[in-house]
Amino acid sequence: MIRKLTLSALTALTLSTGGALAAAGESHIEDFAFSFEGPFGTFDQMQLQRGLQIYTEVCAACHGLKFVPVRTLSDDGGPALPQDQVRAYAAELASVPLPDGEERPRESSDHFPGSNLSNAPDLSLMAKARAGFHGPYGLGINQFFRGIGGPEYIASLLTGYTGEEKEEAGSTFYANTAFPGGWIAMAPPMSDGQVEFLDGHANDVHIMAQDVSAFLMWTAEPKMMARKQAGLTAVIFLTVLSVLLYLTNKRIWAGVKGKKHA
Amino acid sequence: MAGIPHDHYEPKSGAEKWLHKRLPIVALAYDTLMIPTPKNLNWMWIWGIVLTFCLVVQIVTGIVLVMHYTPHADMAFASVEHIMRNVNGGYMLRYIHANGASLFFVAVYLHIFRGLYYGSYKAPREVTWIIGMLIYLAMMATAFMGYVLPWGQMSFWGATVITGLFGAIPGIGAPIQEWLLGGPAVDNATLNRFFSLHYLLPFVIAALVAVHIWAFHTTGNNNPTGVEVRRTSKAEADKDTLPFWPYFVMKDLFALSVIFLVFFAIVGFMPNYLGHPDNYIEANALVTPAHIVPEWYFLPFYAILRAFTADVWVVQLVQFVTFGIIDAKFFGVLAMFGAIAVMALAPWLDTSSVRSGKYRPMFKWWFALLAVDFIVLMWVGAMPTDGIYPYISLVASTYWFAYFLVLLPLLGVIEKPLAQPATIEEDFKAHYGNPAE
Repeated sequence: MIRKLTLSALTALTLSTGGALAAAGESHIEDFAFSFEGPFGTFDQMQLQRGLQIYTEVCAACHGLKFVPVRTLSDDGGPALPQDQVRAYAAELASVPLPDGEERPRESSDHFPGSNLSNAPDLSLMAKARAGFHGPYGLGINQFFRGIGGPEYIASLLTGYTGEEKEEAGSTFYANTAFPGGWIAMAPPMSDGQVEFLDGHANDVHIMAQDVSAFLMWTAEPKMMARKQAGLTAVIFLTVLSVLLYLTNKRIWAGVKGKKHA
Repeated sequence: MAGIPHDHYEPKSGAEKWLHKRLPIVALAYDTLMIPTPKNLNWMWIWGIVLTFCLVVQIVTGIVLVMHYTPHADMAFASVEHIMRNVNGGYMLRYIHANGASLFFVAVYLHIFRGLYYGSYKAPREVTWIIGMLIYLAMMATAFMGYVLPWGQMSFWGATVITGLFGAIPGIGAPIQEWLLGGPAVDNATLNRFFSLHYLLPFVIAALVAVHIWAFHTTGNNNPTGVEVRRTSKAEADKDTLPFWPYFVMKDLFALSVIFLVFFAIVGFMPNYLGHPDNYIEANALVTPAHIVPEWYFLPFYAILRAFTADVWVVQLVQFVTFGIIDAKFFGVLAMFGAIAVMALAPWLDTSSVRSGKYRPMFKWWFALLAVDFIVLMWVGAMPTDGIYPYISLVASTYWFAYFLVLLPLLGVIEKPLAQPATIEEDFKAHYGNPAE
């Protein structure tokens, strides 16, 4: 069992460094380097904050994040904004409709609004609902190091427009190298320099696509850093326990077993 | 118990005697824990303990998850996200529960294949084997219904496809399917009953596990040689066995610790590896996913289900002979359940008088091929149904049946077994010699 796992881990390592995009299929997924890949990868707080700004100024026009409570923007392991900023941010969002037809301002304890367009999918879980990587050989073992490729898929989609368009049944479709089938109903959402950051961070489409994808990975898996920490603690604890149990077991059996012959 | 002579619990103090007369529960615990166990058990004999722990982990995490989960078609998906985001440690509970199902099946498949190789199903352990098969069926039902509960796209469409299997039964199929679903299609009624049964079945499994253990504690464990423990005197039995505590408890705990080490690495670092991305999309009756794929542990039998298509001559023959009552779809369903049924019948299909595969030179190779066959079926079950894949599924499925229905009966007759050790003690000494002074 252990030997097999080590073998597959080694295979995964070789193959993931070797043929990076061998198994992506017909749609082209670029292997963006994200800070949160691998067992020790963590979210980049500044990147998540830029991603939030891009989401708010660009994506939120049509898409929603209905499963994400606004207050979690101040959580550790996320964008970690100060609480007063989060409250102010919530107040800027679309108001909450009440059953009697009235509305009230959105508060940080509410969720983000849902999508504005019926054909714009909710983005809360998008980074986990798409798989960019399946290798090696469709086994997907390399996701131990690179993830399932959800954020890579989103970033590739945002940068994958070729500029071609076509009209079909009254709708416009845009050629996209990452979208399955090659034609997507969403117009290219971003242009170079569209979002300006307070700290003057680079804002071409390629970088913004990566930032917003990182943010959407956080919305999909907000407890990722806590989870990896728990995993690491468990692995270390169980390693120590295994060693102790191995020695105990050896000692108990020492009175029964002699030297191994075969 | 076990018919193997060994020490029994003797109540000593007055209080112990008082209780023992009224309820011999301490004696039961003592006899269970101190049961004489063949001392040559190898590392393939750890999976039973792993499985027991899996059941406990699943029940404990499951009970806590239920405290936060809402079994309603409109709220189930959101309530799982609530668990992932708002419940303290909820993400760990859910990932342990979801991946725990996979560990459960890894362990059960290794446990079953261990039994198949070492002839653990043979007399006098047929009842243990049959109960094991019942546990396996209950596990499959539980896992399938559990996968429906998050109410994602794969939950919904998996439920649609699998309940559709029952719809393939001629005549009574459609009413049965509707009865299972609680309506004409997968909907809130389906989710509710699956939730109820997903909570019930683990306790049925727990009861079956108790009977499974009772059964093999009555016959005694099998062991890698397949040679029985000597029972004529306690002195002889003592040479072949060691008490379960502490020897095997410690060995099993060590194995369990290593397995959980790997398990928690998966839960911590790639918890969605064994899941399907589509299940992070809320169930939608109007959108069918491009590929509906069952969980990995169902793939071998899913491959057998799909292997027997209408252009296979056996299927055509059966359809002709039964005047069309058994069509290709129903044939596939029968094949899938038949694949498990032939495995359950192994005790009566295997004609060899030798128990362990170690001493069966021909059987060994056919068994290895069966293990490869199982992997091939698992792989091909996830592949599309065009090109060379249907051909591979058909060959692999045919071998599965051929192994149980042709090879097991035949090998016992034509094979010349190797010499077996006279006793377990002899085998153990051949490996480990006498204890260090």
